[in-house]
Amino acid sequence: MNRNLRRHKLRTLTVFLTAALLMLAMAGRLDYLMLYCADYYSQKADDLHQRERTIKAARGRILDRNGTVIATNRTVCTVSVIHNQIEEPDRVVQALSANLGLTEETVRKKVETRSSREIIKTNIDKETGDRIRELRLAGVKVDEDYKRYYPYDSLASKVLGFTGGDNQGIIGLEVRYEEYLKGRNGLILTMADAAGVELENAFEDRIEPVAGADLTVSLDVNIQTYAQQAALKVMEEKNAKKVSVIVMDPRNGEILAMVNVPEFDLNDPFTLNTEPEEGADRQKLLNQMWRNPAINDTYEPGSTFKIVTASAGLEAGVVGIDDHFSCPGYRIVEDRKIRCHKTAGHGGETFLQATMNSCNPVYIDVGQRLGVDRYYEYFTRFGLLGKTGVDLPGEAATIMHQKENMGLVELATVSFGQSFQITPLQLITTASALINGGTRVTPHFGIRSVSADGESVHTFTYPAREGIVSGETSRTLRYMLEKVVSEGGGKNAAVEGYRIGGKTATSEKLPRSLKKYISSFLGFAPADDPQIIALITIDEPEGVYYGGTIAAPVIADIFRNILPYLGIEEEQLFPSEVAVDYSRKKTYTNP
Amino acid sequence: MAQEKRKRPQRFYDYSLLFAIVFLTIFGLVMIYSASSYKAQIDHGNAAYFMIRQAAIAAVGLAAMIVISKLDYHWYAKVWKLGVAVVWILMILVTFTPLGREYNGKKRWLGYGSLSFQPSELVKIVVIVALASMIVRYGKNIDRFAGKFRVMLLVLPLALIVVINNLSTGIIIVGIGFVMMFVASKEKWPYILCVAAAAFVLVFAGPIGKALTGIGLLQEYQLGRINVWLDPEQYSLEGGFQVLQGLYAIGSGGLFGKGLGQSIQKMGFVPEAQNDMIFSIICEELGLFGAVSLILIFMFMIYRFMVIASNAPDLFGSMVVVGVMGHIAIQVILNIAVVTNTIPNTGITLPFISYGGTSVLFLLIEMGMVLSVSNQIKLEK
Repeated sequence: MNRNLRRHKLRTLTVFLTAALLMLAMAGRLDYLMLYCADYYSQKADDLHQRERTIKAARGRILDRNGTVIATNRTVCTVSVIHNQIEEPDRVVQALSANLGLTEETVRKKVETRSSREIIKTNIDKETGDRIRELRLAGVKVDEDYKRYYPYDSLASKVLGFTGGDNQGIIGLEVRYEEYLKGRNGLILTMADAAGVELENAFEDRIEPVAGADLTVSLDVNIQTYAQQAALKVMEEKNAKKVSVIVMDPRNGEILAMVNVPEFDLNDPFTLNTEPEEGADRQKLLNQMWRNPAINDTYEPGSTFKIVTASAGLEAGVVGIDDHFSCPGYRIVEDRKIRCHKTAGHGGETFLQATMNSCNPVYIDVGQRLGVDRYYEYFTRFGLLGKTGVDLPGEAATIMHQKENMGLVELATVSFGQSFQITPLQLITTASALINGGTRVTPHFGIRSVSADGESVHTFTYPAREGIVSGETSRTLRYMLEKVVSEGGGKNAAVEGYRIGGKTATSEKLPRSLKKYISSFLGFAPADDPQIIALITIDEPEGVYYGGTIAAPVIADIFRNILPYLGIEEEQLFPSEVAVDYSRKKTYTNP
Repeated sequence: MAQEKRKRPQRFYDYSLLFAIVFLTIFGLVMIYSASSYKAQIDHGNAAYFMIRQAAIAAVGLAAMIVISKLDYHWYAKVWKLGVAVVWILMILVTFTPLGREYNGKKRWLGYGSLSFQPSELVKIVVIVALASMIVRYGKNIDRFAGKFRVMLLVLPLALIVVINNLSTGIIIVGIGFVMMFVASKEKWPYILCVAAAAFVLVFAGPIGKALTGIGLLQEYQLGRINVWLDPEQYSLEGGFQVLQGLYAIGSGGLFGKGLGQSIQKMGFVPEAQNDMIFSIICEELGLFGAVSLILIFMFMIYRFMVIASNAPDLFGSMVVVGVMGHIAIQVILNIAVVTNTIPNTGITLPFISYGGTSVLFLLIEMGMVLSVSNQIKLEK
């Protein structure tokens, strides 16, 4: 018995020791899991428990050059349901469908979806949101949110652009300056149980949102508004398809106004501004409506392009302004007979007179004197081959002949602005460079962004290329273009008390057989020291379609109003002064 | 009278074990409240629902334990055959008749109305008492074939009927038998070989499982459990998710835990947090410190069992205590091993802590038996 007992004791001890050893092993295993793997598992657990809710950052405002707000935010609400927290589904369905104008089926489907959060409707106004919140329905959440708001509705719509439901820029400056405007969303990190219900009193981590930076653009609301009215007026009078007006500072490329009528309502950008035809593709029509033709579309510039040919000819020294030419009403280049718009011909005339008359044969001659190689070289040097680099998305590139495919006939047509295409913005930018003394500036809107707290200011800079023509060529060109307005084909653009330079154009749209035109006028002031340049293009006017007749007066009208506004003084001018001023430098005698 | 007075102080009563039992039971109630309150509030509208049920049964159990501890334990030896007959009837009833209640696909409960209990818990006690009686009866002959055969004849069929619906309890019953036979036997090698074989299977569970599935001995879902155990993150959809939730709870506890009641994993992430997985919530709330302390308390309890078994007045008392010791030790180790994903997942409750009325009631009855044995120890002066 005794021996048995001792053996039993020993064996009991063995059992105890084995159990104790295994328990210590478990404690060791716990040690490994809870200390060594703690970071890994607690991170995983946190990922599982944490629910992120974003706090939307307020999007930066857009201000015009004078600080007028042209894009800002308005508080709107988002209504969503949390399936697990709904207590009275029928009442929720009924109340939400009644208040939000949705069918009961639509709401019921979402209410019955087993998900942590189902959005019923976004972008509802604050009053409706408050009304739903006051119903105190369990499981219904009303979150406040920002929505983009444009106080001037359709003003500069195609330039500003608008934002989508997620407050992200869709077109225009809203897209281009997205990174400045959007800000950084904040986060609320909360804990949730396995059913996704947020825990009360749980540790809450909050990352504050950073509001987007305000963007100051070069637009001037007053000029834009006036230009828009003028454009609308001519569009209605001439029953044109569309009218674009660009007003720019030729010295630095700041765009003061860019009108593309018909504009659309930025606060309601998904409603077409025209009655859609039967079976039309809605999205296509919307894209068409949002399109900015001043930048996104190219056209044959026509006679306004003679500015370029004249500059190239003067710069190369192949023509002087009193060189004599003769116009029989056409010019034969190789086997082609190219007609002047005046079929009877202008007869004998100087280069200056030919410019004032917008005489095609003379310009063909200048082009031929330059030759394909040199013409192409100037075309490239003036920056016409590339894009302007404007700070808007989707700029169209120039459509030009390949140099090796360019014969004398092509050269002749290019000389007076046909057979190739550029955007209106490219034309006004090139013209700016030619009249401002030879500095190719980058047209732009963005001036600076200022962070919401006002602490960080970023001023945008744009490249400029000097010396694309000599100062002298530029001066001569200004003189000739002033003559066009004061005595030539652009006299409808004259504004009393101001020295205006400019050039008219009437471009025939392709195919020529349709007899559709784009009438345009490019004008600048003051002619001796250009501070403002404007280009109008009237697409498919009905009735009289000559640029000098219908486009030039619009620019005159705009200039008459904006020049005093811009603080450009009226001058007492005598007709001879212009010439005298010029003759001192060029030994030119006024005829 | 005088004789009585002299006799009483000579009797031993293991108060430190009693203290450990009461402490664990109350600690268990606290942890059940903590682990289940969230679910109880949602499902029953009363955060203390599970805790109160458990507390009521624990109170009855503690009373029963005190009463049993004051009784002479030798009377069980006389009724063990009846006990075996009763558990056989109960097990047949619960397994094969509609009286057995099914919960989560397992028919483990026998009962009527709101009263129900798990006969398999009773099986453990009956096996302990029956084996102790047989060991006493066979004495030195226990190592002979006849002795071993009869022991196996008692234990294995009972374990088998339990395994049908409750694999882990079956394993525990076999384990109890194994420990008791090991203590009673003079032989060494059969037991060492058994342990070595078990260790081998555990280490090479993956390849063995694959091989057994290959020849059709193992079901696909059982192989799944092994795969989950070996790599819970890769097999999270096959059940690894639950294992991972336990590991997340344990891992996020750190050294001192989040504090009592601060577990997040109990909020629906760890399934039935008050049950088999309660140890993971203890880890999350009380940290490594609390978890190791709890292990040490269990270790102390087993130590007291050893002391009582070694000093028991007779072999029967000693073997009963050894049986209980084996029971508690196996269940604690297996539970923690499962929760820490050290062995494949199988539902084993943590004694005294996990929610379960039958479990705590019969555990406390077993404790009563152990205390009764301790009470029979005569202190030698």
